[in-house]
Amino acid sequence: MLGRGLLVLYLSILVLLPIAALSSKAFSSGTNAFWHAISSPEAWAAIKLTVIASVIVVLVNAVFGTIIAWVLVRDEFPGKGIVNSIIDLPFALPTIVAGLVLLSLYGKNSPVGINVTFTRAAVVLALLFVTLPFVVRSVQPVMIDLDRSMEEAASSLGASNRTVLRRIVLPTLAPAILSGVALSFARAIGEYGSLVLITGNLPFKTEAGSVYIFGQIQDENLVAAAAVSVLLLLIALFVLGVLNLVQRRWSRHVV
Amino acid sequence: MSSSSGGTLTVGAKPSGRLTRRGRARGGEATTLGSSRGGRLALRTVALGYLAVLLGAPLVMIFYRTFEHGLAPVWNAVTAPNALHAMWLSLEIVLIVVPLNTIFGIGAAILLERGRMPGRTLFGLLIDMPFAISPVVVGLALVLVYGRAGWFGDELAAQGINIIFSVPGMVLATALVTLPFVVRETIPVLREMGTDSEQAAETLGARPWQTFWRITLPGIRWGVGYGVVLTTARALGEFGAVSIVSGRIEGQTQTLPLYVQDRFENFDTTGAYTAAVMLAVLALITLLAMNLLARRANKKGGR
Repeated sequence: MLGRGLLVLYLSILVLLPIAALSSKAFSSGTNAFWHAISSPEAWAAIKLTVIASVIVVLVNAVFGTIIAWVLVRDEFPGKGIVNSIIDLPFALPTIVAGLVLLSLYGKNSPVGINVTFTRAAVVLALLFVTLPFVVRSVQPVMIDLDRSMEEAASSLGASNRTVLRRIVLPTLAPAILSGVALSFARAIGEYGSLVLITGNLPFKTEAGSVYIFGQIQDENLVAAAAVSVLLLLIALFVLGVLNLVQRRWSRHVV
Repeated sequence: MSSSSGGTLTVGAKPSGRLTRRGRARGGEATTLGSSRGGRLALRTVALGYLAVLLGAPLVMIFYRTFEHGLAPVWNAVTAPNALHAMWLSLEIVLIVVPLNTIFGIGAAILLERGRMPGRTLFGLLIDMPFAISPVVVGLALVLVYGRAGWFGDELAAQGINIIFSVPGMVLATALVTLPFVVRETIPVLREMGTDSEQAAETLGARPWQTFWRITLPGIRWGVGYGVVLTTARALGEFGAVSIVSGRIEGQTQTLPLYVQDRFENFDTTGAYTAAVMLAVLALITLLAMNLLARRANKKGGR
């Protein structure tokens, strides 16, 4: 009983109170002020950039994450174990280091002649880096359990590779891909550390939502910061919720 | 979000130890998708190419850039007073946060998996919140509660307690960001273990604490260990939230990741690269630990 109380207390101090304070600050000057804050041109540009970049990143992840998972499960080549372990590196690497790692190859003085600093491509690149493991790691276990006899049966009955992929493999993998996509999206929407060094944080150009919030905090403009924070949080929760629903319906459909 | 439905939380899902029935189609006609030689090679090239461009090459490059002028500048950068201070502060925060969240994580996992408390769903949802919140927003939310202009600002100031712009705030921020890891890694292990042994112990007259120490904890230790590794890695590397609540005061509230940014923005690239490489090496050690723990868990018949 005492233990339970302590757990709830810890959670309240750490999570509940701060979220309550954030929401109340966002609306502390009324709903008009809230709308005003999120529709200011700079805020809106930052939100738009974040959402569009996250969508692009999530689509790329869905395709490449699935291919990578496929190769890790079905293919054999020397060094596969190392490749498999290194996938998790973006989870283990501090985000600021992730930004610097990308900068060392794709910054100015790039040895390969690609300089993405201060461009929107840098935003996408950084987000791709930090979200790499999500789709791979949610698809991999499902793919291991995937029953190959269905594929064999379909193909021996004359189905083309494309048909097998569309009718058998993808429907089974779809819930796992979606779950990875949802986690990637939530992460991408809020990402900050990896963007700081490589994007230059130029308003209206490369300034992402979280970077905008940071700037507003520095300027002691806490209402605007809280308003954009609440909006980003709602977008993330909404997408997580919708994808969760779709995923559930889908898995029921397949099984 | 990633709670109950199968195959979820996958912040670092364990690399599965099992090898699949590979190569069955080899030699015969292609029977499973992508098992033709050409198809396999093409997919392999795409996957490895993508990983090399995004992950491998940049990683090699940062090590090269750090050491291209020899070891002396690196050594100087490591032993700079502010660098040493940042390392100690990062370590201090890890040493406070990891035990706190481990105890909370085990307790919360048992409560969520075994308990029948009303409001369990809400409890689980709150624990998952940090996955959906930007670190910057975490920092802001803490400022709004414990900062000067925050809810408890006046009371705390009257008591002479500083939370924001000092270590306690940084501990809070780090604890919040790393809250879900131990819980989410422990729950599946707990579920798989079942309650048979615990019930047996109870029937034989063991007290709750005895059951916990002798039966439950040994059963879940690899899952907990995995969560602890993830917590440690994230605590060492947390940047956004700590950046806001610390005030980034050089030599005082600067952790190692904040130091990386500080050096970079002051055009001290050697300092920035050196600190970054130290953190990267720690991340690689983390990966190694994750692998070992996953293997142990597999061998124990965990997953």
